[in-house]
Amino acid sequence: MAEEKNNGINRREFLKLAGVGTLGAGLAGSTLLQGCNFFANEKDAASAPKPNMEPTGPMTYRTTEKGDKVSILGYGMMRLPTNDEGEIDQEMVNKLVDYALAHGVNYFDTAPPYMKGKSEDATGIALSRHPRSSYYIATKMSNHRMALSGLTGKELYNASVEMYRTSMKKLKTDYIDYYLMHNVGGDTGIPFLKQRFFDCGLIEFLKKEREAGRIRNLGFSFHGKVEVFDYLLSLHNEIHWDFVQIQLNYLDWKHAAENKGWTANVNAEYLYDELAKRNIPSVIMEPLLGGRLSNVHDHVVARLKQRAPEASVASWAFRFAGTYPKVLSVLSGMTYMEHLQDNLCTYSPLKPLNDEELKFLFDTADLMMQYPTVNCNDCKYCMPCPYGIDIPGIFVHYNKCVNEGRIASGVHDENYRKARKEFLVGYDRSVPKLRQANHCTGCNQCSPKCPQGLNIPEELRKIDAYVESLKRVGG
Amino acid sequence: MLRKIRITLALICFTLVTLLFLDFTGVLQGYFGVLAKVQFLPAVLALNVAAILFVVVLTLLCGRLYCSVICPLGVFQDIFSWLGNRGKKGKRGKFKFSNEKRIPRYGIFALFVVGIATSFPAAALIAPYSAYGRIATYILSPIYKLANNGLAYMAERLDSYMFYEVDVLLKGGIALGIAIATFVIIGAVAFFKGRAYCNTVCPVGTFLGLISRFAIFRPVVDTSKCIHCGMCERKCKSSCIDSKSGTFDYSRCVVCMDCIGNCNKGALRLTPVIPGHKRDEKTSAPQVDTSRRKFLGLATVLAAGSIAGVRAQDSAKVNLEDEGEGGLAPIQDKVAPERFGKIVPPGAQSYANLQSHCTACGLCIANCENNVLFAGRDLKPFMSYEKGYCRPECNRCSTVCPAGAIREIPLADKSSTQIGHAVWQFDLCIVNRDHQECGNCARHCPTGAIQMVAQDPDDPNSRKIPVVNTERCIGCGACENLCPARPVSAIYVEGHEMHRKV
Repeated sequence: MAEEKNNGINRREFLKLAGVGTLGAGLAGSTLLQGCNFFANEKDAASAPKPNMEPTGPMTYRTTEKGDKVSILGYGMMRLPTNDEGEIDQEMVNKLVDYALAHGVNYFDTAPPYMKGKSEDATGIALSRHPRSSYYIATKMSNHRMALSGLTGKELYNASVEMYRTSMKKLKTDYIDYYLMHNVGGDTGIPFLKQRFFDCGLIEFLKKEREAGRIRNLGFSFHGKVEVFDYLLSLHNEIHWDFVQIQLNYLDWKHAAENKGWTANVNAEYLYDELAKRNIPSVIMEPLLGGRLSNVHDHVVARLKQRAPEASVASWAFRFAGTYPKVLSVLSGMTYMEHLQDNLCTYSPLKPLNDEELKFLFDTADLMMQYPTVNCNDCKYCMPCPYGIDIPGIFVHYNKCVNEGRIASGVHDENYRKARKEFLVGYDRSVPKLRQANHCTGCNQCSPKCPQGLNIPEELRKIDAYVESLKRVGG
Repeated sequence: MLRKIRITLALICFTLVTLLFLDFTGVLQGYFGVLAKVQFLPAVLALNVAAILFVVVLTLLCGRLYCSVICPLGVFQDIFSWLGNRGKKGKRGKFKFSNEKRIPRYGIFALFVVGIATSFPAAALIAPYSAYGRIATYILSPIYKLANNGLAYMAERLDSYMFYEVDVLLKGGIALGIAIATFVIIGAVAFFKGRAYCNTVCPVGTFLGLISRFAIFRPVVDTSKCIHCGMCERKCKSSCIDSKSGTFDYSRCVVCMDCIGNCNKGALRLTPVIPGHKRDEKTSAPQVDTSRRKFLGLATVLAAGSIAGVRAQDSAKVNLEDEGEGGLAPIQDKVAPERFGKIVPPGAQSYANLQSHCTACGLCIANCENNVLFAGRDLKPFMSYEKGYCRPECNRCSTVCPAGAIREIPLADKSSTQIGHAVWQFDLCIVNRDHQECGNCARHCPTGAIQMVAQDPDDPNSRKIPVVNTERCIGCGACENLCPARPVSAIYVEGHEMHRKV
């Protein structure tokens, strides 16, 4: 009898516990669902403009010799939003473009290889829903990849002209407002430049297209060896560059030449001054260094926020680029609505930096140079790596850890265990094991494609050595 | 009371032994590794005198308590037997005395001894600890890792580093099949017939049965109180109590003490069989162990929660049809090269040593964090470098092996023990195939056994190819695993029959 009773209670208790079990599972499920909702909301928030972030004033415009009234904020179509499969999220692109146009942005910069070759399609789809006169299109002759793979002469000429015509088709237009010789200055410098545009006669073709009005403005985008820049400017009287696209930001103003990669870069100060001297408008790329001037070391965040608690870290970089009067437009690859809104606020209207603020930013740049981040802007020009390495993914993870102070200086570092675990676990989370630095063959097919002139295998090897040291000495 | 202590201890041991197989961080090994080392058959093979003495003395003192508490397969059967006894009939007890089946019992034992002595692989199938080890390694460990990955997925969302994702791999198809068969067969036998396996098939049970006949503490029937009601017999999962005559077959009794609590007349006691010394003990009313139910209930909560968290692995599709920037090149899975010599871990000393000691429990395989150990067709471990390589900071397999198949080897010795050597294949190397510089093998060789030399001796600027100094190579497989040539690596390791110091 006693046994029966006892068992009864136990069974009830068991059922109760089992109930807790199902409840637990249910709870787990609902929190998961909530988690999904949370993210969904976040995504919605990214696509839906936040009312309190609406820009309050009018956009600042710069006017060219030809009378183009160009918005100081240009939309870079290199970092478009993607879905989970890595395909461009066209619906989101349309929303962003609509919002940008409605708030005065009228310069859209794309190129044939961007976004795995899909950027021009997406740009064309989004823009063609608006009157052609309401925006300027910039795209590029990106024949450097063809030239690197060995094309020369007539073959290269034909392939490049084909690329130009395809751009028009994809962008659904019969003229291009701003056309650029893409990424000149890399690889061997002048010989490579000549191979791409002069020996095969492409420069004549481009001039003719400009005469015919199918190219309204002709220019080039420059990264790399200074002699290429000087050489092209020496041809200014002959060719007349309508504009030039350069990398300009408060870090590269004085520090770009310190790059220790396979090729030197040129300080933005020099590039801008040379162009201003000749009255050539500059279009600015990498004003934010692919986010490296927004994702900065905690110490730098504190410093900038102390000066202007309301302003975003990124806004300093955009104000800096806009401060120079010969700058026509500052390109920003705005993936999310927050980025777009923040930049619109910064530029509607632009409040140029005063001398004191400029000095403050240059001091900040000096401070930032002390952190051992890799100068990768996540532009993905190096990708895809033929051996499957996720090159920018590795650098982004490493830089993130540097900026968050999560790199252990040695085994005796008091935070060694924590830093070790967070670095290794985070590494596996952000880069699949087979795509990590230890699989780099060092074939070096990537470095010539890097606009920042990084010696990519060498940088990867340094990170691999760090990872190896972490793995060898457990916490 | 005694029964409760036995159940508690058994559940603790069982959980900890199981965790030795599941815990991929290796932390628990340091604390409870001894629970694997004390397992009888591995201890005998390892000539672990302390462990053998412990088990023999324990059995002489208390009978086959080993089978009720320490042996994980014994506890595993008790759990199934308990599940099989939950009906009304089961509550009263459904077992019946049977005579010892001597011929199969000692026949199997003799065959087993011969089998182990001659390293016949099938012998390991009935070894109790390794049979359970295979269930833990090939069935439970992947489930545990999946649950962990579910938690890791959530941790990642919460920016926490507490849990991290680990690879869940099939470590041996045949081994998994055998583990499933073991689970089903032994589980079913226990469900219906209690400890039938232990008392007829299990060689360790047979051997300990020889000693337990002379055990000092054992359950004894007080004939003055016994009314031959048969309550004890019906509860005896070992079918070793003959209630009619009031006698026990102590070679089969696993001292579970289920009978003692079930006797309404208090006629059963665990008593030292030494004349003149008698101790009265009140038998407490039989109670169903609530802690076990609570434990199972909690386990349900945990299991349900973790299964809910498991994420379907999304296979990222790679699209490279367009020439453009970005994207990731697809990576083929590695395929094992044809090796003439099997590679066995440092500490195994030789292939033959591993074969003659290994009971195929899979503990080394479950604990290999670099995923280089797999189960062969004979269920015993071998190394292959498709998923990882034998990293210099790890000697875990050698520390966990209870059977002396992989003897403990310090890290310094490991790095100077040659278990194989690398072989380079010109036609697969990307220097030849893709006309690219590489040298990733040389960069990652921990002993510096690989040098890169110009392909053309007359042209120092020609592309460099790897050359292996086999005297310095230890066969760790870093070169093979990190070789960019896929699916078959251009440099691979050939195993050596005998390991040696370099």
